[in-house]
Amino acid sequence: MDFTLDKKHEMARSLFREFAEKEVKPLAIEVDETEIFPRETVTKMAKYGFLGIPVAKEYGGQGADPLAYVMCVEELSKVCATTGVIVSAHTSLCADPIAMYGTPEQKEKYLVPLAKGEKLGAFALTEPNAGTDAQGAVTKAVLDGDEYVLNGSKIFITNGKEADIYVVIACTEIKVDAKGRQKKIFSAFIVEKDTPGFGFGTKEKKMGIRGSSTYELIFTDCRVPKENMLGPAGKGFGIAMHTLDGGRIGIAAQALGIAEGALERTINYVKERKQFGRSIGAFQNTQFELANMATKVKAAQMLVYRAAMAKATQKTYSEEAAMAKLFAAEVAMEVTTKAVQLHGGYGYTREYEIERMMRDAKITEVYEGTSEVQRMVISGALLK
Amino acid sequence: MKIVVCIKQVPDTKGGVVFNPDGTLNRGAMLTIMNPDDKAGLEAALRLKDKYGAEVTVVTMGLPKADEVLREALAMGADNAVLITDRVLGGADTWATSQTIAGALRKLEYDLIITGRQAIDGDTAQVGPQISEHLDLPVISYAQKIEIDGDSVVVERQFDDRYHVLKAKMPVLITALSELNEPRYMTPGGIFDAYDKEVTVLSRADLIDVDDSNIGLKGSPTQIAKASDKVRKGAGEQVNLGASESVDYIIGKLKETHII
Repeated sequence: MDFTLDKKHEMARSLFREFAEKEVKPLAIEVDETEIFPRETVTKMAKYGFLGIPVAKEYGGQGADPLAYVMCVEELSKVCATTGVIVSAHTSLCADPIAMYGTPEQKEKYLVPLAKGEKLGAFALTEPNAGTDAQGAVTKAVLDGDEYVLNGSKIFITNGKEADIYVVIACTEIKVDAKGRQKKIFSAFIVEKDTPGFGFGTKEKKMGIRGSSTYELIFTDCRVPKENMLGPAGKGFGIAMHTLDGGRIGIAAQALGIAEGALERTINYVKERKQFGRSIGAFQNTQFELANMATKVKAAQMLVYRAAMAKATQKTYSEEAAMAKLFAAEVAMEVTTKAVQLHGGYGYTREYEIERMMRDAKITEVYEGTSEVQRMVISGALLK
Repeated sequence: MKIVVCIKQVPDTKGGVVFNPDGTLNRGAMLTIMNPDDKAGLEAALRLKDKYGAEVTVVTMGLPKADEVLREALAMGADNAVLITDRVLGGADTWATSQTIAGALRKLEYDLIITGRQAIDGDTAQVGPQISEHLDLPVISYAQKIEIDGDSVVVERQFDDRYHVLKAKMPVLITALSELNEPRYMTPGGIFDAYDKEVTVLSRADLIDVDDSNIGLKGSPTQIAKASDKVRKGAGEQVNLGASESVDYIIGKLKETHII
């Protein structure tokens, strides 16, 4: 068992780090303050292939692997978690399910521009009354001639208004079993932005990742060609769950990056900040706190990379992804909270960016499955 | 069109500098980067490739570790890479280095050779022009813009507060300034491909028309007597004076140090 990275992954990391430092970090405060989606950064990332890292070359991607992809999200999130989640939602939640379940025609039409970064992707599952209980979704799709007609709304959609291509989960059938119980059957659809009947509702005002475009999607008699159904009819729930398994690895990488960024800044700060005549890094409390933070961050990195490798080599990786996300998200929250504490009053000010990292960290415990959902997935695998 | 770009792996000035007992740099023990002028030269070559179509080959001389800088160049878009490495070539000054690289270039086809103006470790700006002498090629140094016109290059050469526009028939050697352009980033796919590609490795025996008296530390007319890390300057001197006293004070200091 070898825990060292090979040279190409090391080089990939150096690329992502250099890009993040030069192109992303200088905008991070402004993106948070103004809540403006960093479109220019997305255009630059597209130019250098960051929006199609694990996608095969034949579909316009980079032909790299899930590990290189998570390293990209990790390095971006170290300096700007908004930028990290843009890449994660686009890649894991939109490009990935199309690569996995799409027909050759769908891949040609949608995956190629997504992987090249010409188009941005999003994924729509959550509804006002269907969060963790995804089965509660009521958006429906009814076949009418050669088209499915979508009605309903989706909320908390990352890349919401900025995306061009959406993978949307909708109920296509209600089955009644022998005991008279109803069960919703879902299917997945690829929906283009300008489709008539597809509009946007409220923009969410959020605690963190404030530059990320989080919107409500509204479907009113939105007609989608039936060839835009993704995967087999009635398999939408499975597609959504499998997509979220991949998505969780991306969010785990985002959480890891946030924690690493906060730790790095804190190490620099405690060396410089002087109290009682010495740097606060000379106090044992600081040293022990840093030791605990660094150990947990490294453990989170191991879990995240292990999950990425599992995605590269295994058919299913739900448990690995859930463990990585659960642990990395909780580490991100803990490390950023402690980082603010070690920064003292300055840490509470926006100038030092640590408070932003703490606000950004919280969402990683909530979206793409709360920490409680991850515990359900993990314990479910243990007790099956 | 075939373009050869000479690149060098140099210490990253952000990291520390480590010397060997003989005063040469211990390159194996330092963080490294692609020399900035060379990177601009590579970018210029890649832009010519994008615009006119070209095959770009990067060449470096160094330790086996210099393979990294070649992979970086491949990941940016170079087509081929050549590493010149051999223990007997170590410790070379600019003369021995240019002799060695010229010996390797005689094995390659080229219309255009681009080198960086100078490397940030040696700062001599000699190797590029010396290579052109050994290969009997015209040289245009300090290029700030490069265009192709038929079988010629048209180059803006930086010259103090102005520039010269020079036209030369290829083959020609150009030395590039880091101000020439903003080099592109690598791409993730480019990195993965770079590690699947073969790097051609040349040793002393592969060099053409190079005499033993012109290679390595022994073939180097320049010998380093002593090398040391940069001595840090003191904290400086602070004075609080009125405007006219300040002027007198500064003029006095400048005279004292014979600057005026």
